[in-house]
Amino acid sequence: MKDIRLMKGNEAIAEGAIRAGCDGYFGYPITPQSEVMEYLFANKIKERTGMIVLQAESEIASIHMVYGGAACGKRVMTSSSSPGISLMQEGISFMAGTELPCLLLNVVRGGPGLGTIQPSQSDYFQTVKGGGHGDYKMIVLAPASVQEMYDFAKLGFELAFKHRIQVMVLSDGAIGQMMEKVELDEQVPRWTDAEIKAMSPWATTGKTPDRERNIITSLDLNPVKQEIININLQKKFKHIQETEVRFERIQCDDAEYLFVAYGSSARICQKAVLLGRERGIKVGLLRPITLFPYPSDELAKLAKQVKGMLSVEMSAGQMVEDVRLSVNGAVPVEHYGRLGGIMPAPDEVLNVLEQNFIKEKTYEPHTN
Amino acid sequence: MTEEIIIAGFGGQGVLSMGKILAYAGMMQNKEVSWFPSYGPEMRGGTANVTVIISDERISSPILNKFDTAIILNQQSMDKFENSVKKGGVLIYDPNGITRHPVRTDINIYTIDAADEAAKLGLAKVFNMLVLGGFLKLKPLIEPEYMRKGLEKSLPLRHHNSIPENEKAIERGKEIIKAQLVLS
Amino acid sequence: MSHIPTRDEVIEPENLVYSRTCLLTDNALSYCPGCGHGTAHRLIMEVIEEMNLQADTIGVAPVGCSVLAYDFMNIDMQQAAHGRAPAVATGIKRLHPEKFVFTYQGDGDLAAIGTGETIHVCNRGENITVFFVNNGIYGMTGGQMAPTTLPGMKTATSPFGRDVETMGHPLKITELVAQLPGTYFVSRQSVHTPANVRKAKKAIEKAIQYQKLNKGLCFVEIVSNCNSGWKMTPLESNKWMEENMFPYYPLGDIKVPK
Repeated sequence: MKDIRLMKGNEAIAEGAIRAGCDGYFGYPITPQSEVMEYLFANKIKERTGMIVLQAESEIASIHMVYGGAACGKRVMTSSSSPGISLMQEGISFMAGTELPCLLLNVVRGGPGLGTIQPSQSDYFQTVKGGGHGDYKMIVLAPASVQEMYDFAKLGFELAFKHRIQVMVLSDGAIGQMMEKVELDEQVPRWTDAEIKAMSPWATTGKTPDRERNIITSLDLNPVKQEIININLQKKFKHIQETEVRFERIQCDDAEYLFVAYGSSARICQKAVLLGRERGIKVGLLRPITLFPYPSDELAKLAKQVKGMLSVEMSAGQMVEDVRLSVNGAVPVEHYGRLGGIMPAPDEVLNVLEQNFIKEKTYEPHTN
Repeated sequence: MTEEIIIAGFGGQGVLSMGKILAYAGMMQNKEVSWFPSYGPEMRGGTANVTVIISDERISSPILNKFDTAIILNQQSMDKFENSVKKGGVLIYDPNGITRHPVRTDINIYTIDAADEAAKLGLAKVFNMLVLGGFLKLKPLIEPEYMRKGLEKSLPLRHHNSIPENEKAIERGKEIIKAQLVLS
Repeated sequence: MSHIPTRDEVIEPENLVYSRTCLLTDNALSYCPGCGHGTAHRLIMEVIEEMNLQADTIGVAPVGCSVLAYDFMNIDMQQAAHGRAPAVATGIKRLHPEKFVFTYQGDGDLAAIGTGETIHVCNRGENITVFFVNNGIYGMTGGQMAPTTLPGMKTATSPFGRDVETMGHPLKITELVAQLPGTYFVSRQSVHTPANVRKAKKAIEKAIQYQKLNKGLCFVEIVSNCNSGWKMTPLESNKWMEENMFPYYPLGDIKVPK
């Protein structure tokens, strides 16, 4: 019989990580994602799978604990919310430089600064364009349901180890706090030391006579070598762009107008598509599931079909830049967003779509 | 079938747990459900609300501004959500503590004296189950056996001995809900 | 060209009284001649070799002069961000409790930018060993003031001497961590004379041995010189260290197991 539970998004990703064979979680409390660590402690994971959970003294310490564990070839993770993720950028950049696999979760809240604890999507640039120093990218997964919060723990670890890269699950307070049905799958066993050695021969597991010592470092004082390291990183990112794009098409086949939205905004737009169809508007939704790699090719294809695209996100207009780059002027692209923790309503975004592309404009278009 | 519900009142009235029991029961009856709470410091002693959606289809937006049913348990929530009920929808409220009653004439309005009834029963904590019973009388979405399963799932094991009194309160709620305005 | 004799031709094996530990690589040390880091590296690697721990050791290098410690230590190593070595080591040790895990950090790394990580790794009593080389200055970045710079001491960012009124006091972080219940063995040593080298080696041995007991964190400070940063000859710097550093940072065990 299927194991089906009603869970919060934050609990679902914690359970997903346990069942994906996660070895360690290091974190620091911050609203609206503290349930992740609370769930791990409450579920006695040490007894259940041997997984370690530790409350660190700061987000900075958390991410560097993740670094230490990841450099040993273990499946490790942390989670936080916007201000905490800002603190982690140092460690994320070091992990990018050392190509360490890990799972990260940002349950985004409104900013800047301490901002609000309510849902927001204003960390898109930070996450997708690289929040830390240096030329790097992470794989970014954007769950739009509690089930995806659960699923993306396992998927995240798979992608992280497949490409030796950091995978960020970019969620928000709404997905983190709401409860939905989740279908759980079988427990994946944690890797043994022998499996880790076979799978990650680069990991620091103690120098044995059969191999040279393993060193995890992002430092090379020779710029010629450092450039080669960077070129190889870029090749990896290009390969990921070519092979790992994920998206969902909702009523796109006959669409004349298109919403582009991820995460909880995509859920709102999904309802707006239903309302729009009731009003006789042929509207669809393209939901990027990976934000890096971005579904640019799919948007370019849809640009030949639709008359206008409305990018909806709870920000002042961040993802819209990628939509515009994807369609490259082929079709008008507008942005609609609410800020500071306010979520738009389905009829609200539908009205904006109508006003932008269908009715005669009665107000100045958005210019960002 | 899709039922979109907002439940709103004070923190401590059992608003979130009422929604949770309803969502669990819906899930046990093999329906799609979502439960989206207000969260954070505003919950601590202030107002609390939760959006519950029960549907036969995949749920689109868990966040809404219009509802089929609003269950309103304090004045602030009345002020905030009276206008969020869809035309022809349902508003249920407990008049206890309400100083400004609803004025809309395009929705169905019901009252339930749940606070008084809970006091009479000497069981303050079944207040929310009385209200839930009232709702289920109007919208019999969930069969009683699944309500029981919902209670079993959402209440911690140590509170399972209170399930019978919760069930009784749900039944009592069905009896005491009163129509104030019913559209023909 | 005349023949250059090899080491084996010069030294008869029966006369050999000392050889370098195989846990140091053949890479030329990047440290300035006269610096104490080389000796500190050698002692730690000697002890790991003598205890047969190479396959069980994971070391963490800091940011600072010893950022390249992994070039010289023939063991698996990770290089940590500035000050974060104790957090990195925590991540390793929690997932590999059976391994020997150590950090090697300078004063800027451990007692300034990494103070939070240092205090909390000690307070949690992580079963790791911290080697702390304190030379009272930022060597790698070019001789700026460190948290452990002495009052009146001239550096690139205290060119008229450290003024404690505006720049704060030298931080005795070793005494501070000794107060925490999570630390098991805390000692301060130096490596500037053969006698001190022998004492330091004893302390390093204890700090490594105690880690196996899982009793808490072991912390060994090595007060060292920075002849380049102090703008002295190596001999002058050692003399200056004895006369100025040791009175403020007295050598000896600070916390020993009961």
